[in-house]
Amino acid sequence: MLDTNKDSLKLEAMKRIVAMIARGKNASDLFPAVVKNVACKNIEVKKLVYVYLVRYAEEQQDLALLSISTFQRGLKDPNQLIRASALRVLSSIRVPIIVPIMMLAIKEAASDMSPYVRKTAAHAIPKLYSLDSDQKDQLIEVIEKLLADKTTLVAGSVVMAFEEVCPERIDLIHKNYRKLCNLLIDVEEWGQVVIISMLTRYARTQFLSPTQNEGGREEAKGPGSEEAATTALPARKPYVMDPDHRLLLRNTKPLLQSRSAAVVMAVAQLYFHLAPKAEVGVIAKALVRLLRSHSEVQYVVLQNVATMSIKRRGMFEPYLKSFYIRSTDPTQIKILKLEVLTNLASETNIPTVLREFQTYIRSMDKDFVAATIQAIGRCATNIGRVRDTCLNGLVQLLSNRDELVVAESVVVIKKLLQMQPAQHGEIIKHLAKLTDSIQVPMARASILWLIGEYCEHVPKIAPDVLRKMAKSFTAEEDIVKLQVINLAAKLYLTNSKQTKLLTQYVLSLAKYDQNYDIRDRARFTRQLIVPSEQGGALSRHAKKLFLAPKPAPVLESSFKDRDHFQLGSLSHLLNAKATGYQELPDWPEEAPDPSVRNVEVSGGERLNCVCADCMSHTSPSVSWLMRVASGGCGFHAESGRGPRAPALDPRSPSTDPESESASDSKSSSESGSGESSSESDSEDQEEEKGRSSESPRCLMTLAEDKAGTGSLLAHFHTGPPPPLQLLSPGSGAGRQELLHRVAGEGLAVDYTFSRQPFSGDPHMVSVHIHFSNSSDTPIKGLHVGTPKLPAGISIQEFPEIESLAPGESTTAVMGINFCDSTQAANFQLCTQTRQFYVSIQPPVGELMAPVFMSENEFKKEQGKLTGMSEITEKLTLPDGCRSDHIVVQKVTTVANLGRVPCGASDEYRFAGRTLTSGSLVLLTLDARPTGAAQLTVNSEKMVIGTMLVKDVVQALTQ
Amino acid sequence: MIHSLFLINSSGDIFLEKHWKSVVSRSVCDYFFEAQERATEAENVPPVIPTPHHYLLSVYRHKIFFVAVIQTEVPPLFVIEFLHRVVDTFQDYFGVCSEPVIKDNVVVVYEVLEEMLDNGFPLATESNILKELIKPPTILRTVVNTITGMEKGETHRELPSWLPTGQLSSGALAKDWIDAIIDKSGSTITAEIQGVIDACVKLTGMPDLTLSFMNPRLLDDVSFHPCVRFKRWESERILSFIPPDGNFRLLSYHVSAQNLVAIPVYVKHNISFRDSSSLGRFEITVGPKQTMGKTIEGVIVTSQMPKGVLNMSLTPSQGTHTFDPVTKMLSWDVGKINPQKLPSLKGTMSLQAGASKPDENPTINLQFKIQQLAISGLKVNRLDMYGEKYKPFKGIKYMTKAGKFQVRT
Repeated sequence: MLDTNKDSLKLEAMKRIVAMIARGKNASDLFPAVVKNVACKNIEVKKLVYVYLVRYAEEQQDLALLSISTFQRGLKDPNQLIRASALRVLSSIRVPIIVPIMMLAIKEAASDMSPYVRKTAAHAIPKLYSLDSDQKDQLIEVIEKLLADKTTLVAGSVVMAFEEVCPERIDLIHKNYRKLCNLLIDVEEWGQVVIISMLTRYARTQFLSPTQNEGGREEAKGPGSEEAATTALPARKPYVMDPDHRLLLRNTKPLLQSRSAAVVMAVAQLYFHLAPKAEVGVIAKALVRLLRSHSEVQYVVLQNVATMSIKRRGMFEPYLKSFYIRSTDPTQIKILKLEVLTNLASETNIPTVLREFQTYIRSMDKDFVAATIQAIGRCATNIGRVRDTCLNGLVQLLSNRDELVVAESVVVIKKLLQMQPAQHGEIIKHLAKLTDSIQVPMARASILWLIGEYCEHVPKIAPDVLRKMAKSFTAEEDIVKLQVINLAAKLYLTNSKQTKLLTQYVLSLAKYDQNYDIRDRARFTRQLIVPSEQGGALSRHAKKLFLAPKPAPVLESSFKDRDHFQLGSLSHLLNAKATGYQELPDWPEEAPDPSVRNVEVSGGERLNCVCADCMSHTSPSVSWLMRVASGGCGFHAESGRGPRAPALDPRSPSTDPESESASDSKSSSESGSGESSSESDSEDQEEEKGRSSESPRCLMTLAEDKAGTGSLLAHFHTGPPPPLQLLSPGSGAGRQELLHRVAGEGLAVDYTFSRQPFSGDPHMVSVHIHFSNSSDTPIKGLHVGTPKLPAGISIQEFPEIESLAPGESTTAVMGINFCDSTQAANFQLCTQTRQFYVSIQPPVGELMAPVFMSENEFKKEQGKLTGMSEITEKLTLPDGCRSDHIVVQKVTTVANLGRVPCGASDEYRFAGRTLTSGSLVLLTLDARPTGAAQLTVNSEKMVIGTMLVKDVVQALTQ
Repeated sequence: MIHSLFLINSSGDIFLEKHWKSVVSRSVCDYFFEAQERATEAENVPPVIPTPHHYLLSVYRHKIFFVAVIQTEVPPLFVIEFLHRVVDTFQDYFGVCSEPVIKDNVVVVYEVLEEMLDNGFPLATESNILKELIKPPTILRTVVNTITGMEKGETHRELPSWLPTGQLSSGALAKDWIDAIIDKSGSTITAEIQGVIDACVKLTGMPDLTLSFMNPRLLDDVSFHPCVRFKRWESERILSFIPPDGNFRLLSYHVSAQNLVAIPVYVKHNISFRDSSSLGRFEITVGPKQTMGKTIEGVIVTSQMPKGVLNMSLTPSQGTHTFDPVTKMLSWDVGKINPQKLPSLKGTMSLQAGASKPDENPTINLQFKIQQLAISGLKVNRLDMYGEKYKPFKGIKYMTKAGKFQVRT
């Protein structure tokens, strides 16, 4: 039928096929026939063919490729719906070969005119990611772009993609935070849920806890209080909520009125986790409303209410009656409601609660009755006033006809009695009588334990019970047998006259029991209590061992510690971590910089503009810059650079001349590192430059650091900044020998790659050559002789050293243009008397110079350098090599690259340009906390890339 | 997000499956069947079942289990809410949501599901949008179905029947539900009123409607259809919205707890078991209490009798009654209550010989309906339309129903 020309027949055929699929029957044999119709004009047929394709393409990859061109054509269609559906199907057929096509299509669709198509693009992102996770970086770029989208249609979907692809890149949210908050109410419900839960996590990392009142440091207060901060001493200030935090709370509140239970729950958890105590109450009403919904919804909501009610009892107290149980509720709901009721019980409402419980006990649902009895027990332990009432009530239950009820009561009574045994001899006697009738093993065991424990209160009955139990010993359950042995042992110790024989008898019986636990216990008990020669020491203490006062058990809710899981999550419901669960982070000690959320004209280029802004003082976000600047100053002050720096108030406004000069100093340092510097002769100056070239780098780290400037500042003050050491001259490959002193007849020559731009020619690598004279005669006329160089390589010789006295050493700088290759530069080193053939072979990492770029630029460039120019290697970082410092240090030691700011904590980015051709070298290291890592190098120069990967991997894994 | 969906009927057959990502073998449902067996009753199946590789989230409606398979962390309510939305959509499409209907329309169902989720994330869930994408089965066919005696379940929207057909119209139906627990002696333990306003709008153009109440203060807690402008409600207590076409739930509300709830019916009961004899006495009478002059209709009394009850011989003064000796469910369809002649049901219960008397007297569940009355006292002031020139038909109806109305005996 599919081969006919009639659309109606085709449609009928497709309908049958789809019906087969829906019933779970295999229809994959028809694939070739169906795929032919992908270009069918009839929209109805087309839709069904799409349905079929999505289902079976994964199994028939080769044939599925036949359809790709149709979709590619569809992507260009003027009709937005067709574009969207083409993209949807294209991204839904899980065929790895078409990953590049998908990537291209997504990128294009992300900038489509129609928001609907953009939404589809956002949907396609996680699909592609699950197909090929290597595309992550490119996808993140698309996500970033879509996050900036202003339509509500896109917002939910892109946040969903964000959560699935890169939930750790919280930095992408900063700029969109306020927009998302404001759009939230208009986003469709499903998107709301996703956005809210993402924002909950975001807020946990970005704002201060509203409940810790004393933690109000200056950093906590956000831009609004900036002025106050300038005058204030670091005295403790009352907590002021960040306006952005407030914005989130304010904008989510109306959503409590949503018709969707999922949205209400999402807002509720947001409030529970983020709102000040006084405001959390508003969610109670909405949650109680959800209790009138379907039973599945009730189930989930009650679980969450149970957790909340432990922490915040007051919140739900007014709604106590809403948790009353109806006989028509399913058992699982009943038990959850019971849990909530128990949590809510307090001194004041306990009479009503207990009255309710009494009705429940008469229910026909026995599981529920058992749970009620336990609930009564918990109320009794929690509220001392009603303990006796509860106990009496439970004792009355002992005469209940249902054995399960009695058994459960016994167990609970046992627990209650343990708390105050003295007065309850009567109850124990009553229980003792029950041993004749009650058969449930757990209850029997509990009674025996009670009698044993408090045998002094019931001296007459206890031996009698033991006698009875001895008689029926063989017929008992294991758990009861163990308690019989216990009882016997305890009685033997307190009242050995009457029970000696009985005990012996019980122990003998136990000795031949089938269960080895019981045999062991019997042997152990016998050794302990029956005095013998060897066991003397222990048996003297037997009484202490057996009759030691035991702590009363604590009856507590199983929901006690569940709130460490994010409420409303699957993990919380299961009380176990589900796959893909994102921990809810703890509140930060100090609030990160609030102004990262400021949206500016410069948009994505902000990080990059920082330095320029510093110099020109034109940036609108003065506060932020100032903080950065002051961070830099703090650094300078500590490293003893200028006397004026320590006097600098970190928060002085930008008009302050001091800070002006500070940023000036920074700008000069910026230029110093960016271009070549002229004088680099003395070690001293090199050192200086090493530091100054470091300062913009600090800036970068500062800017990207989510933990906040405050902590960074603190870090700088506590010790020498670690990155400083990384890039000090000579940190490259270390000293290499050029000429051994034996071969050189007393002249020893070493060289290092200084990583300074070479003054004469920016394409040259500057090499420091250290000469030392270990002979006893001066060496004269040191110079470079006729070099024999491979094509392209050139050398800038160092000025002739006239004389080197014995025991002295000196350094000269020469430049070599290696022409972006690792070929050795061979040349002659001549003295007046001798010529030495030497060669310098550069490690690949020295052939480049760092470039500073923003994350965005980095990604943009990286996006251009894919395919052949991308080299990826997987590696495992050894334990010693997982901290930020070490990784950065190792990478920068191997290669002369600059760090690129990066939001994700376990991702490192570096960028540089090769010296001769100026091609970009981008290095990305994605390190998982587990140690697995992936190294990616993007460079036009594939040879350099490959070698660099090899070197870096070697350095990192050593 | 949502990986796959399985539809399972009460006898445990998977009669529909849909995968939004890679195919998940239907053997995953074995875990569900296991849980189902353990739970004995359908509504006791836990909504969330963890399995080694997946999580099964299920919803039970219309005697069908909708089982969603997910693999990673996702808010459970998100999935549950979605499943309920699926059921609502089916209901909207086919009038009823039952196994035979789904089987008959399997292609449409499949297409709808395809449209509702993309890669497991909800795409289009509003039924008016869906209906544009996928045509519901033609009216002709539904008519045929009804003529041929297809069983018709309770459609939860009673609206369109009273609205004039073929005319631009908008109507709203305010429904109050009374949830109550009445204790043995007839005093109220808890009682609360909640309600909804269902709207049916058949207007052309972009009508902008506002609906105002006489007494908006009554509404304690509300939740809105997404079309309602929340700001307007906050400031003026007016519902302002541009309605979607067709039926939708405009508003759900809860009436503040401070207001005393008028209980419109009372139940006099006398149920007693005696230890010695194998016969128990059973007598209940239903009467109107505070009905504000309206008649109570559609009264149905149900009660789950204790296990020990073997059979009952009862005579009703009106209506019909049934007793299922297997499930021990007594149900009495009373109909209208005539205040002059109160309906009663009297008789004896035969108990299992030798068994001790049951601990608990059964609870009585009551259903009833009062037309033309919102027991909460909620009144719509006016419904205005802006933005369009024509004058549509406007109507509002009130109704009170019993929600979960229980009498403990």
